[in-house]
Amino acid sequence: MSGINFHGIRAIYTFEMARTMRTLWQSIATPVITTSLYFIVFGGAIGSRIDSIGGVHYGSFLVPGLIMLSLLTQSIANASIGIYFPKFTGTVFELLSAPISAIEMVVGFVGAAATKSVVIGLIILATSALFVPLRIDHPAAMLAFLVLTSITFSMFGFIIGIWARSFEQLNIVPSLLVTPLTFLGGAFYSIDMLPQPWHTVSLFNPVVYLVSGFRWSFFGKGDVAIGWSLGFTGGFLLLCLALIVWIFRTGYRLKN
Amino acid sequence: MQPILSLRQVSKTYASGHTALDHVDLDIKRGEIFALLGPNGAGKTTLISIICGIVTPSTGTILVDGDDAIRHPRTARAKIGLVPQEVAVDMFSRVGSAARFSRGLFGKAPDAAYCDQLLKDLSLWDKRDAKVMELSGGMKRRVMIAKALSHEPDILFLDEPTAGVDVELRRDMWKLIGRLRDRGTTIILTTHYIEEAEEMADRVGVIDKGKLLLVEEKATLMRKLGKRELDLSLVEPLAALPPELADWQLSLEDEGRRLRYTFDAQAERTGIPSLLRTLHDLGIAFKDLDTSKSSLEDIFVDLVGARG
Repeated sequence: MSGINFHGIRAIYTFEMARTMRTLWQSIATPVITTSLYFIVFGGAIGSRIDSIGGVHYGSFLVPGLIMLSLLTQSIANASIGIYFPKFTGTVFELLSAPISAIEMVVGFVGAAATKSVVIGLIILATSALFVPLRIDHPAAMLAFLVLTSITFSMFGFIIGIWARSFEQLNIVPSLLVTPLTFLGGAFYSIDMLPQPWHTVSLFNPVVYLVSGFRWSFFGKGDVAIGWSLGFTGGFLLLCLALIVWIFRTGYRLKN
Repeated sequence: MQPILSLRQVSKTYASGHTALDHVDLDIKRGEIFALLGPNGAGKTTLISIICGIVTPSTGTILVDGDDAIRHPRTARAKIGLVPQEVAVDMFSRVGSAARFSRGLFGKAPDAAYCDQLLKDLSLWDKRDAKVMELSGGMKRRVMIAKALSHEPDILFLDEPTAGVDVELRRDMWKLIGRLRDRGTTIILTTHYIEEAEEMADRVGVIDKGKLLLVEEKATLMRKLGKRELDLSLVEPLAALPPELADWQLSLEDEGRRLRYTFDAQAERTGIPSLLRTLHDLGIAFKDLDTSKSSLEDIFVDLVGARG
């Protein structure tokens, strides 16, 4: 066998998507309900006391941050469970013994996880339109950020799934690192609203650059320059890719 | 003829320092059934795992139909199917889709006719839309075989294929393995059921403590190492063996009612006529006699036992 194992990639992608279809209602209902609750609590109750941020209505201002919050958690969760579950059940032997390269395997797993995240992101976007007036200044950039962030954090989730030895470990990084960083990364506010030194401290939070770039695609302005956002997202993607290549070369936590 | 699988100096030493495989050389002939025997922890599963790419060897080369399985694993792996010891399959999958998934994973285009026939051959056709979790243990094991055969491999590894299955299913498995061999599939099975190797294998390898002790045609092995026994049921029990019988390898069994003579079946002279004459001279009468030859299990126990 030579060339790219397209059938193998398709098999993994289809299998992972079928897993989502088994819990279709849960997959759709959860982000819709969660987003609605955020809009009721932050947009309605608290947001009614905030006039606007940088000339943008607070309800609308929330939309990119809410989508990014779900995108990061869903991408990590979907990809990490996708590779962790075969390890847990022992079916990983089939993946390791198949004529499929690391890159092909990643394309299958990460592709499926990213697809789910993008769909969920679009569902949240559609749900938001029911609550607030939507404005997207750069739709192509918005879609590009949506896809790029989904792929990058699905790769990050894939790494977590390989690293984790238990379900507890699987949840450590998303719950103790990603969610706090997202909440503190300007999802619900502009970091310009923070006093010093917290404004400077926030600039060390990588999620700030993701949320800022995504918000720029909606309103044409963000907390940091769009170049920084793009650079960070691309850099993190390359870092994850390099880590995955290393994992498959060394067999880290996959092979003895 | 070029072997379909060739291993040279394959070793595996884990980070802990434990050597699971120690410089194994092995050639597998195309189309044969090869049984790898060994006690638990002998290195059977490690050997299979290395060939299939699940475990990385410390040293050695592996050629699968001429392709280097370590340097060019894709071509080599496409020719191999593996049924592991444990039932490891996504329990939420449906039987048909589980087989189709494996076929795709191994780079083969969908072939509904082949997959349908495979399920029929394995008596899984009626269960093709059932979830794996709904099946019995034996049926799950058949699903594992269907998955391993879904990409039409030239070599099939069966790691303890009948461990923990009932007698009926074990017989069914043996028949299935026979049919696969008839189709030209090379089969390598590990087992500690000697009966299994004796029933099916063309050649037998014995592994213990990571070392391959011997590889031999099953029939040759049994001929070479096989011992035969002659049991004489005595009319009157003996309290002890008379000194006149010291020249024969005899033992008294069943409280002196049975005299057992163990002899080398390959020897030019078995010593039976002279033994019978001596017994007659000593007035030791027998009412019945029976002969038996040692099983592969006896040979295996002797071999492994001799290494301590």
